[in-house]
Amino acid sequence: MKLNHIFSALFSFLVLFQLQIVQAEQITPLESEADSALLLNQLVSVKSTSDKKDLINLIAGSNLPQRTRVLTAMQDGDLYYTKADEQLVYAKTHPDGYEISAVVNGEDLGVVGSRKVRKISINNELRTVLRGVLAELAIRSEDAAERLAAAKDLIRSPAPEFLAAIERAKAIESNDKVLESLNIAMAMINLKSDQQVLRLEAIEAFRGTLDSDAMSILAAMQLKDSDGNYLEKDELVRESSAAVLSEMRGQAKIYKLLENAFFGLSLGSVLLLTAVGLAITFGVMGVINMAHGEMMMLGAYTTYVIQLIMPNYIDYSIIVAIPAAFIVSGLVGIVIERGIIRHLYGRPLETLLATFGVSLILQQAVRSIFSPLNKSVSAPSWLSGSWEINGALSLTYNRLYIIIFSLIVLLLLVFLLKKTFVGLQMRAVTQNRAMANSMGIRTGWVDALTFGLGSGIAGIAGVALSQLTNVGPNLGQSYIIDSFMVVVFGGVGNLFGTFFAAMSLGVANKFLEPFAGAVLAKIFVLVFIILFIQWRPRGLFALKGRSVED
Amino acid sequence: MINKTIFERSAIGRLLLADKAGRYLIGVLLAAMILVPLCNLLMPAGSFFHIPTYVVVLLGKYLCYALLALALDLVWGYCGILSLGHGAFFALGGYAMGMHLMRQIGERGVYGNAELPDFMVFLNWTELPWYWYGFDSFFFAMFMVALVPAALAFVFGWLAFRSRVTGVYLSIITQAMTYALLLAFFRNDMGFGGNNGLTDFKDILGFSLQSDVTRCVLFALSALSVALAYILCRAIVSSKYGRVLVAIRDAESRTRFMGYRVEHFKLFVFVVSAMLAGIAGALYVPQVGIINPGEFGPINSIEIVIWVAIGGRGTLFGAVIGAVAVNYAKTYFTGAFPEVWLFMLGALFVISTLYLPKGIVGVVNQLRERRAERNATSTPEQGAQS
Amino acid sequence: MKSRKSIKTLAKQGSIVLAAATLSLSASIAQAADTIKVGVLHSLSGTMAISETTLKDTVLMLIEDQNKKGGILGKKLEAVVVDPASNWPLFAEKAKELLDKDKVDVIFGCWTSVSRKSVLPVIEELNGLMFYPVQYEGEESSKNVFYTGAAPNQQAIPAVDYLMSEAGGSVKRWVLAGTDYVYPRTTNKILEAYLKSKGVPEKDIMINYTPFGHSDWQTIVSDIKKFGSQGKKTAVVSTINGDANVPFYKELANQGMSAEDIPVVAFSVGEEELSGFDTGPLVGHLAAWNYFMSADAEVNDEFIDKWITYIGDEKRVTNDPMEATYIGFNMWVKAVEKAKTTDVDKVSSALIGVSVPNLTGGVATMLPNHHLTKPVLIGEIQENGQFDIVWQTEAAVPGDAWTDFLPESAKLTADWQDPKIMCGNYNTETKKCSGQNY
Repeated sequence: MKLNHIFSALFSFLVLFQLQIVQAEQITPLESEADSALLLNQLVSVKSTSDKKDLINLIAGSNLPQRTRVLTAMQDGDLYYTKADEQLVYAKTHPDGYEISAVVNGEDLGVVGSRKVRKISINNELRTVLRGVLAELAIRSEDAAERLAAAKDLIRSPAPEFLAAIERAKAIESNDKVLESLNIAMAMINLKSDQQVLRLEAIEAFRGTLDSDAMSILAAMQLKDSDGNYLEKDELVRESSAAVLSEMRGQAKIYKLLENAFFGLSLGSVLLLTAVGLAITFGVMGVINMAHGEMMMLGAYTTYVIQLIMPNYIDYSIIVAIPAAFIVSGLVGIVIERGIIRHLYGRPLETLLATFGVSLILQQAVRSIFSPLNKSVSAPSWLSGSWEINGALSLTYNRLYIIIFSLIVLLLLVFLLKKTFVGLQMRAVTQNRAMANSMGIRTGWVDALTFGLGSGIAGIAGVALSQLTNVGPNLGQSYIIDSFMVVVFGGVGNLFGTFFAAMSLGVANKFLEPFAGAVLAKIFVLVFIILFIQWRPRGLFALKGRSVED
Repeated sequence: MINKTIFERSAIGRLLLADKAGRYLIGVLLAAMILVPLCNLLMPAGSFFHIPTYVVVLLGKYLCYALLALALDLVWGYCGILSLGHGAFFALGGYAMGMHLMRQIGERGVYGNAELPDFMVFLNWTELPWYWYGFDSFFFAMFMVALVPAALAFVFGWLAFRSRVTGVYLSIITQAMTYALLLAFFRNDMGFGGNNGLTDFKDILGFSLQSDVTRCVLFALSALSVALAYILCRAIVSSKYGRVLVAIRDAESRTRFMGYRVEHFKLFVFVVSAMLAGIAGALYVPQVGIINPGEFGPINSIEIVIWVAIGGRGTLFGAVIGAVAVNYAKTYFTGAFPEVWLFMLGALFVISTLYLPKGIVGVVNQLRERRAERNATSTPEQGAQS
Repeated sequence: MKSRKSIKTLAKQGSIVLAAATLSLSASIAQAADTIKVGVLHSLSGTMAISETTLKDTVLMLIEDQNKKGGILGKKLEAVVVDPASNWPLFAEKAKELLDKDKVDVIFGCWTSVSRKSVLPVIEELNGLMFYPVQYEGEESSKNVFYTGAAPNQQAIPAVDYLMSEAGGSVKRWVLAGTDYVYPRTTNKILEAYLKSKGVPEKDIMINYTPFGHSDWQTIVSDIKKFGSQGKKTAVVSTINGDANVPFYKELANQGMSAEDIPVVAFSVGEEELSGFDTGPLVGHLAAWNYFMSADAEVNDEFIDKWITYIGDEKRVTNDPMEATYIGFNMWVKAVEKAKTTDVDKVSSALIGVSVPNLTGGVATMLPNHHLTKPVLIGEIQENGQFDIVWQTEAAVPGDAWTDFLPESAKLTADWQDPKIMCGNYNTETKKCSGQNY
């Protein structure tokens, strides 16, 4: 063991020595393949983080043709070496292990078992470095979006080495957004320089932007060490940075409020989606549907299954999943209605019992079929990430789409109930079954359809939930209570009531949360509902007329 | 025979004479109260008549659930208040008892701190919160067991019944109540032990909770409580007052128009029911040895409704039968079919709703009626009550 | 000379006879049951089924395997599986049933702290033997329980040490985010005390608690981001439990909080949890455990192969609590063979000092405080749902039942070997144990 240590220490010393030589000569043109192989294969032997950092910079600064690909592969964790002969390879996952090809000459080395190769390990520090050097390379890209991303990466990984590249890019940049980001990136770098003028200029450059990294670095300049002395020695720089920072913070506060409102609406839209199906089965039909949560669960599992079926089209699978989930949950709903609930009309409390039983069965069925483990549903690319309005306000796409989606669902539903013949029949049956029957409406069929509709919408809600939370057997249970609260708060049997209830509860919750914490906020909301019901015993929007009295 | 006449003349006697099923139930309870402890303590371990301790504890637990179901049946079966939050009263009673038992641990906790329960010690609390004062005293604690649920029921009921919140609205806000309490008790900052709740109890009134004798006594007390609660409930529902309750259940507006203050009747019965539930919780805690916020879970409260429905709503003894039957099924299924028991339990609920709309009691009555029809000579039995 | 020899032989023969007699006696007692019963007390339904079902399968696999080897002491093992359904009082009831009715010789079970606290009085009263396989908050050492998961000093503190080091990013500002129950509370208390002892000022520590199954993380993640943009390198130490993790990490990814900026080190996220994640956006976030499936050891490869064959699904993963179950099971087998009986007291004392290989290529030893020695590993989340081990302690860390970072518990120590102590909470100041029921 000892000997081994000494040996490896010696070896790394040698490598370092070699590195320093190369660095001293700056960029030596690597002409022969042997030279480049030597440089690249050091990736295999170098172990410590700081040596790897030097090596990455070296490769990035070289004129190796494969440098971008190597560094990208390293960043993505696709760079491996073979255990047997320590050869650097690109690896792609393959059912039998990895498909590898040599880095040095691109030779295809076929498929090897997963234990035959080892990854070139990197950590978060190296990722930061890689992000920087790759951004420097990408800043020359043709595509404006790529350039913007690269400029943003440069803001987050500022290093003096990039200064020249940024200047060059600025000179030819035509896109305003990219230019702005490049300016910030340059300011971030200049802030670290030792010339006061440059630093003051850099601080001024931040004025008007709301970049969080810029705020972070300005805030760092206000910090004191343990003896109470400022870490930033230059008083002028410090004061000017404080002024810019407070201006930025003032603006950020307003956006924070907007952000909070967005969070509230987004929570509200989730509540709306989960409750609107219940507003039909419970609100319109009067069935206390405890299996509503499980319908959402079925919808979420449908999303998972669709994704399994079309693994190469993740981006579209969710679009397919929406009708599929509607159909699956809707059909299960119809079966439940025909098999069980049909016999229980007029006995609403007994529907609670029976549907509770159904919910237990469905949960266990899912557990038996899919195992009790959570399933992973990946997010399509167009649902990931966020829409950055400015440095202080960015809205996540998945939430944004869910807000829009929930509104569409609500509007379609309202349209269906109020403007179509089927909707008319549904309303007729729920208002007066006997009368509707005598008018020639097939009440049984309409009942099944209505329950199927409510369940199907729950299924759609499940698709949305699969983007936010666990897809597992307990998915339904965590939302069922909230759904009932929303429906009752809004007024049973009133879809717009449900909408207002969901949105106001969501926003109230989110504005309470910063002060009270997540748990207390929820308790307050519940107590509020209890008290509110005292004031309006039939909910926010009570139905009027004779059908109200039971 | 003299005894019998005194029995017949007493109020309880008159009640029970009109209630054959109740007589059986009380008979069974009293017999169990005496026989189970005897079989556990006196019979040798190998004997056929020996009842192992874990069975005694299990039966005790069923009886606590039975008491809880009885409490729910009183409000739901006879007054039409479907409470989906009765677990909250049960848990509050349990917590009151648990707090007393925690104080009894004294310096025998793992940190040996005489002043504070263990969970407060490791959260660096320095002094006992005010709401824990007084729980050192058994009688104060027993008082709180009934008072805390009653107070909550009073405030909640006073608000809700006065505003004429009825039907599903009432059900859902009772659910909101228990859910809010669940979240509140769950917070460690509340000083009730957070998710772990209260546990590691040592003894009650100086008797070790681990000893068989204490367990038998607790079992006997549970049986006795169920019997007494049954008589109380029966007394309430057979009184004139009880008939008003049924009237409220069947036609609330009409009863109100006849001049009855509906909200007062409802409030009274709701508070009584909450107290019974609290007592059930207090008996439950020393027997199972733990109380934690899980008892506030809305699903637990829904399960109580299911026990009553399966036993037979609005019969009182049906609630007892339902609670014991469903919980026995649960115990048996989770041991015998750990992988698929939820299918069975779910199916049990579905089938019993579809085919036994009046619960087990309803089926028994139906069978008996049919038999009575066949032997027309025998006197007709009492029909289903609901 | 001759007489001395004969005395020697006599003594030898006598001892053999005696040994044979005791052997046959113990055998005759044990023969009353012709199998050795192993209780499995893990939730198969309810909220904890997600985690615990795997451990049930692990125990069943280990039992099957041991039976193929001929069982223990010439007897087959028989599993008794029950479902406590994530219901804490039901845990106590089922433990009672296992010990009283089924007369099991050992129980492998529990996951959450509350379930363990619930069964503890039962196991102590009926003198059962339980192996608890999950990392937990410590502050406990029962005569009848062996803790094969990590104590806080075997997970939390090394993880923080790593993040403070240069390789971990020299973190200066800390968010301690957890689910509001006893494990995160205790761990965060310990970490807070530890960080302060390392000179981290109060304002650089943010503590946040959320309820179980919390699903809306928008506000909290946005707060963390804000907290992290105050000019110092920030990291999140997450003790967020189970179900709440998926929405938490999804929100992290969507709000663009990458591991390079603010790394999250989790104590409750393992391979099994990751299999329910979309790991792409999470690469680089960390977890601290005593075992990772990616550990490079022969015995680990064997275990993984065995598991995949047993479960019949190539995609199934292994995780830390499974390793803890594996270690606990093997220790129990070894101790039973050593004690030549399944008698709880004898097996318990035989267990102390037993060493078995762990799955990371080292050795786990049972300490007198009923905890194990364990290596601590830090892994980075990879795209394929595995962890890449980036750091590990050089030697195995002995588990400490009572942490040194809380004033009340620093005084306590557990020792089930030293005849002068023989208790789980010996107070080194008053030289007393308290609250022992036995």
